[in-house]
Amino acid sequence: MEFSIMDLAPASAEIFLLAAVCVILVADLFVSDERRYLTYGLTQVALVVTAFLTAGGIDSAPVYAFSGMFVGDAFSSVLKAGVCLTVAIGLVYSRSYLEPRGMYRGEYFVLALFATLGMMVMISANHFLALYLGLELLSLSLYAMVALARDSARSTEAAMKYFVLGALASGMLLYGMSMVYGATASLAIGDVIAAIQSGDANSTILKFGLVFIVAGIGFKLGAVPFHMWVPDVYHGAPTAVTLMIGTAPKLAAFAFIVRMLVEALGDEQLVVEWRQMLVLMSVASLVVGNVVAIAQTNLKRMLAYSTISHMGFLLLGVLSGDIDGYSAAMFYVSVYVIMGLGAFGMILLMSRKGHEAEELEDLKGLSQRHPWYAFIMLVVMFSMAGVPPTVGFWAKLSVLQAVVSIGYVWLAVVAVLFSLVGAFYYLRVVKLMFFDEPSQQEVMQVGVGSGVLMSANGIAVLALGMMPGALLAICERAITMSLRVAT
Amino acid sequence: MLPFAPLSTVIWLPIIAGILVLFTGSDRNAVLARWMALIGSVAGFLVALPLWNGFDRNLGAMQFQEFQPWIETFNINYRLGIDGISLLLILLNCLTTVLVVIAGWKVIQSRVAQYMAAFLILSGMINGVFSSLDAALFYVFFEATLIPMFVIIGVWGGPNRVYAALKFFLYTLLGSLLTLVALIYLYNASGGSFTLLDYYLLPIPLTAQILIFVALFAAFAVKVPMWPVHTWLPDAHVEAPTGGSVVLAAIMLKLGAYGFIRLSLPIVPDASQYLAPLVIALSLIAVVYIGFVALVQADMKKLIAYSSIAHMGFVTLGIFIFNPHGLQGAVIQMVSHGFISGALFLCVGVLYDRLHSRLIADYGGVVNRMPVFAAFFMLFAMANAGLPGTSGFVGEFLVIMGTMSVNFWYTFTAATTLVFGAAYTLWMYKRVVFGGVANDKVASLSDIDRREFFVLGVLAIAVLCIGIYPKPLTDVLNMSVAGLLEYVAVSKL
Repeated sequence: MEFSIMDLAPASAEIFLLAAVCVILVADLFVSDERRYLTYGLTQVALVVTAFLTAGGIDSAPVYAFSGMFVGDAFSSVLKAGVCLTVAIGLVYSRSYLEPRGMYRGEYFVLALFATLGMMVMISANHFLALYLGLELLSLSLYAMVALARDSARSTEAAMKYFVLGALASGMLLYGMSMVYGATASLAIGDVIAAIQSGDANSTILKFGLVFIVAGIGFKLGAVPFHMWVPDVYHGAPTAVTLMIGTAPKLAAFAFIVRMLVEALGDEQLVVEWRQMLVLMSVASLVVGNVVAIAQTNLKRMLAYSTISHMGFLLLGVLSGDIDGYSAAMFYVSVYVIMGLGAFGMILLMSRKGHEAEELEDLKGLSQRHPWYAFIMLVVMFSMAGVPPTVGFWAKLSVLQAVVSIGYVWLAVVAVLFSLVGAFYYLRVVKLMFFDEPSQQEVMQVGVGSGVLMSANGIAVLALGMMPGALLAICERAITMSLRVAT
Repeated sequence: MLPFAPLSTVIWLPIIAGILVLFTGSDRNAVLARWMALIGSVAGFLVALPLWNGFDRNLGAMQFQEFQPWIETFNINYRLGIDGISLLLILLNCLTTVLVVIAGWKVIQSRVAQYMAAFLILSGMINGVFSSLDAALFYVFFEATLIPMFVIIGVWGGPNRVYAALKFFLYTLLGSLLTLVALIYLYNASGGSFTLLDYYLLPIPLTAQILIFVALFAAFAVKVPMWPVHTWLPDAHVEAPTGGSVVLAAIMLKLGAYGFIRLSLPIVPDASQYLAPLVIALSLIAVVYIGFVALVQADMKKLIAYSSIAHMGFVTLGIFIFNPHGLQGAVIQMVSHGFISGALFLCVGVLYDRLHSRLIADYGGVVNRMPVFAAFFMLFAMANAGLPGTSGFVGEFLVIMGTMSVNFWYTFTAATTLVFGAAYTLWMYKRVVFGGVANDKVASLSDIDRREFFVLGVLAIAVLCIGIYPKPLTDVLNMSVAGLLEYVAVSKL
């Protein structure tokens, strides 16, 4: 493997972030508990600077580095900037939650930054091993973060489940990758594409590998039937970590799907194969996610099942197998992250010392205690249900359009019918906030920073609903400029 | 004399006014919120008036068109324009909003700002539905109206309000989601356009037409509501606050019928013709069967709700016989039903505010204590029964005349409404208003105040004017109806 100094330029953001993590790790040793805000501040600065660095590549044609292990293109720039900002916003929401729970420590921030780095590596990977390394860096950081509340039996259990099932999924992925390697004699995405196109690859082995890879992706994404860990982990993890798991990694997972399925295994014959698998996973996710969410009384569990159903929608966009579908899926996942930040962020904001506001009951009468935050939550819930004029509607519209355009009208009908079922439990949240009398009189104590950000978050859901054009255009451009398999 | 972008003004002025009202915050500023809402709604009505004056009655095409590119990825545009049908419904909506704000003046004492804002925002959105010429824009407005209505029923409604609000929302969402799929299908079939006027000219095979028709029907039939998907309506009406009932009956039901007129008929004319007997059958069942159901109701609001379903059956009947009389009658019936049902719900509201009961059995001899009210109530009850000289007669008469040229038995069945309508309305009126004073509570009733007098007075004038001289309405409708029927007459196979 040759190394040239030019390789450093496309990866400057990752290198900066890695350096920053090391500095923060060391610096935190010299910071007393009262001055922990220094660590927090440095973390935020590192994330924002990284976001700026990545955003620089938003117009560039694909640039390959490190012997083709790494790619910097418009697609990765957009997603990486999104990941950094999402983590940064999540940390702002988490701050007042972490402090009273003894998690406001250097480890938390360092782990969050390592997870971010892992996601960035995943998004920019152009080689199965780089992809896998990024994924493991992300997963290991998240396992540790879930277990960070050491005294909580529930968190420890969740961490254990997450770890065991995550390891199983990684194993499946590796197995699948090894089969692809066996068929194509390469792990570099470009070479895999070339080998498949040349027709030399053994298609039986390739398809076997594909099955394992799809199963691995299903695990990481939390799509049915590989979803068992999602509710337990979302429920058991400290809410700040749930926010972390539920938002930015979805962007990385989408990039993972794009790199693996769309690019590496995007040959027409293989698309036909994985489309069928994704159809099944998507329908099952829509059914299970939406129906089981109704029975939940815990807000985090409910949102976990709602995530499962949203992943079903995301897969709808991917399975259409054309540029429109991929950009629709990218738009969907971006919108989902914005909504997820709002929903999980609201649970964090409502929690206070010694009380986790994670039961549906805690939302009762919120509109009388805090009309503004209740309004934001209302907007987020209607957006998740896909009711205009919120942005969730356009997300649904774009994936449905992708599905209908390939002639799968029945799939679109199934999707909308189950999103109707989903509307019920989102409406129940609105009902609790607006129609019921408050069961407690506690006042939310929201810091200035998180208050302003949460307001901006809610307004963004509404404003993007009025003007979704810009975000749609960004997704479309990123996909068309970057993807190597154009149909 | 037209303001810049008249349709946008009609849509956004009430919405902005509503948002401003929201900012008055808690109930300490309730008085300010009420006055701001009143000014906003009156302004909303005033800016709609130039549409009436400036409307060219000799033109069948869409007027006051506005165009702005909106979402270029999907070729969705902010395209507005109205014909005579939309014009009448917009005016009806703007007027109703003013009356609803006044009607809620004293009754609503908690969360006043939110109540008033919800109605103003709802009013703007409904104007948006009536003036959209882009399918996606239409859908956005159509769906968005659910949110304020859901909140209105759920927050200010009666004891069983949560059930009613959820039922209302989910029922209507089910239909609209299927419509969404149909619209996306049309988008693909038309090669990437959401413009309604493009869909009007798009050839579609019969099977696809029928499926599209069914999907659109799912949304609009629930909204109208047609038998047998009407069951959400009585629940929603009974639980909604008076203002909510008025808007629901007067305006929101019209969205469904309007959808038939604007989308179903011109986009899938062959399927509409093919399935017309089914729709007509459902309409006639609504007219007759629901008439019987209304007869046995013990709750006044429920009775009027069922009577609404029966009257809306007339509207769908008029639409699906595809002739000028029928269609004109249907639109006039929509406007007239807007005034009459709104007025009847307000009348029930007047009684409910005083005695907190909607049961017919709790009343009797109201005329002895509330003579002025009894006179108004009488007028609206008669109009509901379709008495000549009131607006209720004009629409029904035109529809009946239209059906006569199609099929005698349609006419015969439809005309029975004149009997049933009179029976259930007047029987209720008799039990509530006439007779001796039934109990101490009724004895303590006081007659309507000036505010209530004003609201009912405006509606009474409207009902009588349309009943006596409907020509201004038919003038506005003539060309639009003729233009629409041309689309229906041309096969798209």
